[in-house]
Amino acid sequence: MRLALKIWRQDGPSDTGRMARYDIDGVSEDSSFLEMLDLLNEQLTERGEEPVAFDSDCREGICGTCGVVINGEAHGPERTTTCQLHMRSFKDGDEIVIEPWRADPFPVIKDLVVDRSAFDRIIQAGGFISANTGSAPDAHATPVPKEHADRAFMAAECIGCGACVAACPNASGMLFMGAKITHLGELPQGQPEREARVVSMTAQHDHEGFGGCTNLGECTRACPKGIPLNVISQMNADFRHAGYGRR
Amino acid sequence: MTDTLIEGLYREGEPIADTKAPPGDISQKWTTRQFEAALVNPANRRKLSVIIVGTGLAGAAAGATLGEAGYQVKSFCYQDSPRRAHSIAAQGGINAAKNYKGDGDSIHRLFYDTVKGGDYRSRETNVYRLAEVSADIIDQCVAQGVPFAREYGGLLDNRSFGGVQVSRTFYARGQTGQQLLIGAYQALERQIAAGTVQMFARHEMLELIVVDGKARGIIARDLVTGEIETHLADVVVLASGGYGNVFFLSTNAMGSNVTATWRAHRKGAYFGNPCYTQIHPTCIPQSGEQQSKLTLMSESLRNDGRIWVPKRAEDCEKDPREIPEEDRDYYLERIYPGFGNLVPRDIASRQAKNMCDEGRGVGPEVDGSRRGVYLDFADAIGRLGEDAVRAKYGNLFDMYERITGENPYQVPMRIYPAVHYTMGGLWVDYDLQSTIPGLFVTGEANFSDHGANRLGASALMQGLADGYFVLPNTIRDYLAAGPFERIDEDHPAVAEARESVQGRIQHLLGTNGTRSVDSYHKELGKIMWEKCGMERTDAGLREAIEQIRALRADFWANVRVLGTPEGLNQALERAGRVADFLELGELMCIDALHRRESCGGHFRAESQTEDGEALRHDDEFAYVAAWEWGGDGGAPVLHKEDLVYEFIELKQRSYK
Ligand SMILES: Cc1cc2nc3c(=O)[nH]c(=O)nc-3n(C[C@H](O)[C@H](O)[C@H](O)COP(=O)(O)OP(=O)(O)OC[C@H]3O[C@@H](n4cnc5c(N)ncnc54)[C@H](O)[C@@H]3O)c2cc1C
Ligand code: SF4
Ligand code: FES
Repeated sequence: MRLALKIWRQDGPSDTGRMARYDIDGVSEDSSFLEMLDLLNEQLTERGEEPVAFDSDCREGICGTCGVVINGEAHGPERTTTCQLHMRSFKDGDEIVIEPWRADPFPVIKDLVVDRSAFDRIIQAGGFISANTGSAPDAHATPVPKEHADRAFMAAECIGCGACVAACPNASGMLFMGAKITHLGELPQGQPEREARVVSMTAQHDHEGFGGCTNLGECTRACPKGIPLNVISQMNADFRHAGYGRR
Repeated sequence: MTDTLIEGLYREGEPIADTKAPPGDISQKWTTRQFEAALVNPANRRKLSVIIVGTGLAGAAAGATLGEAGYQVKSFCYQDSPRRAHSIAAQGGINAAKNYKGDGDSIHRLFYDTVKGGDYRSRETNVYRLAEVSADIIDQCVAQGVPFAREYGGLLDNRSFGGVQVSRTFYARGQTGQQLLIGAYQALERQIAAGTVQMFARHEMLELIVVDGKARGIIARDLVTGEIETHLADVVVLASGGYGNVFFLSTNAMGSNVTATWRAHRKGAYFGNPCYTQIHPTCIPQSGEQQSKLTLMSESLRNDGRIWVPKRAEDCEKDPREIPEEDRDYYLERIYPGFGNLVPRDIASRQAKNMCDEGRGVGPEVDGSRRGVYLDFADAIGRLGEDAVRAKYGNLFDMYERITGENPYQVPMRIYPAVHYTMGGLWVDYDLQSTIPGLFVTGEANFSDHGANRLGASALMQGLADGYFVLPNTIRDYLAAGPFERIDEDHPAVAEARESVQGRIQHLLGTNGTRSVDSYHKELGKIMWEKCGMERTDAGLREAIEQIRALRADFWANVRVLGTPEGLNQALERAGRVADFLELGELMCIDALHRRESCGGHFRAESQTEDGEALRHDDEFAYVAAWEWGGDGGAPVLHKEDLVYEFIELKQRSYK
């Protein structure tokens, strides 16, 4: 395949950045989107131009490292991660525009690489169960109804990629945060800290500069793991409950 | 030490006499060790500092636990968040001797299966301990909120895995590694918030600092700013994962590397059994030259899929659906009627290679040969119906279709073996301490527990056992001897380590040659896969050693790395890793060459039974090969640790 790529180039956090155009030929339909970028980088290196920086690690759709905006859509035209998008989704001769995640809380480090450490800080604010090592009761001591276990699992599938934020016009991180709150809130182990968790995580979310949710649903459409919008409703319900509880 | 070079390649040094396991009955050793390990008073713990490189299951679990205990912990990973460590990709499950199914499982049985599975090349004491703490792992993870699969009554579900006869594998759909890692990551983040753990994401360890014979810190590069940083501590833990990426194409994450352990090896830590590589039989075959990684599909597919190739090479290009039953060779069912498609990983892998080497492989031609065999669900779909097959394997079928563009409900899947795990790693004693005092090694980075072959669902178990339960107990004994002498940043050993890192970076950026880093990595990978992969021969390994030496020399003279040392420079990161792989690859070949027997994931063509099965030589090779760095341009030195089997009798494995 032959393609025209328009890629965001930015030398570093303080550089203003610009779009650059590259023509590439000989891309295999079977290669993944990132393998296509690998090929471009080989060609750039050969020409003595600095390769395009982008993040990836597992290339299996599970680690959440990769992610770029492709023709205006987070992770591109299919509901999957960028690493699992294959070039057969494009046509010979296509023009493809490639940009980094765009959101204030995700500053650009270089080219297509952004800083998502705000997500870790949201988890630090309470996205865990306080269980010290070695003091756990037998795993069968607390049965968990299957429906709860399944719903917890569904929410726990979030890979923390940040596509939801990049897709949201408000740059809200609520799908990500709601997924964690739902995961832990569905389990008996998560109950003692349930209210404190939602309050402190939300405060951190806002502090990082993520926007509020106005129910547009762009996040869930972009989410490669199909995290549903109702995790946000659950988060809101927990939040209200926590508010009344303290009053 | 021998004066002359053996085979012109290595010397032999003193054997390793003691692994420091306590004496007594195997079931009491761990209890004894924990009791005898000295205690550290809580008030003194915050004066003691620990560096942990790696945030996978082994590193995150250790960081969380040591942080909780009150030590000052610094944690490092090269990804942007500790949650992305490669453990996240594990699919199948984690073993534990809980006997929840009442099917006769026990610590002793898990111990036995693991030693046998490792083809009697692992240490009894360590494996027993692993089995012993396995049950606690599940309790710990459930308490953290890991959403394991459950039954309707609310209790945990189990499945049987990897040819074992009991149901002892706990799982969270096909994402067990992800869920376990998120549990450990959250525990780690909790300690970060509490201030006991300081996290350094996007930092790469590039050198170990050894002062007066003891590990006292690391040199790391901040991958965002490019700054070379010195981090000092009382003790260093490496939990940096495996080195399967030496093969370039593997199921490992792109960034998985050997740098942390290789740098420590060069500073005196012995490298154990480097040639033991686990090959997984059910991966999606390579589709072309642009491919950067291979994807594994759960082995559970072999429960219902039938594996075959055409009987005649002429049929290989045909649409498989047009090849009639009588022209198909269901070779596993033919050769191993007892186990059929469920033979262990090493056997299934090698037979697939044999079929393709005979010219009966299927799928696209890559590099002039077809490397794939069919995994056919037509029978299962006929027997159970498409819906039942979809319910069982739907997500795997979808993944296959996404990657290959073929619908596996209609056309048989194609599979081929791929590198998946490395059983070798830094040599450690019973305490998980390397041959450098103060350097501990956990998880896939150490050599221990799996012998020559790893059973499914055992690596996750080992990572968490090491991180949550073993290391925190053994490292305490070492730390109790503290506080340790303070070291200044301008100590000569520190300065030397920094300078060596800076020199290497400057060299890589200054060479400005003609070849890209990836082209070297791919070439190395091909040599390793062809000659030190699924099957090894004396002649092939000798050739590989020559080729790797030549490639390494060319790399240092001709590599092209653009950009600057400041700021994010991913080509520079890769160049450093490939440089280390180019040294490791040679050691892997030397180790493979010296071990003139076949065992587990190491198949030496010269050592096979009449019907082509792996043939061990326990009288000569029942030892761990622990290699000492011989200096730049020098020959490595082999130290043998004899494996003594007191509790389990050595037997040849047979699946016929
Ligand atoms: C596709 C796949 C499926 C698998 N499925 C299973 C399964 O079902 N069951 C099972 O038991 N096992 C499975 N395994 C094996 C298992 O996942 C791994 O062996 C295990 O997770 C390794 O854990 P670890 O903590 O030792 O290392 P890793 O999880 O690999 O973590 C390594 C850490 O070290 C860091 N690091 C590495 N080098 C440096 C450096 N130089 N500087 C700074 N940081 C560094 C990384 O950033 C990372 O945080 C699977 C493996 C693969 C590849
Ligand atoms: S909710 Fe979905 S899109 Fe957002 S971080 Fe998680 S997986 Fe990515
Ligand atoms: S690289 Fe891991 S999800 Fe894409």
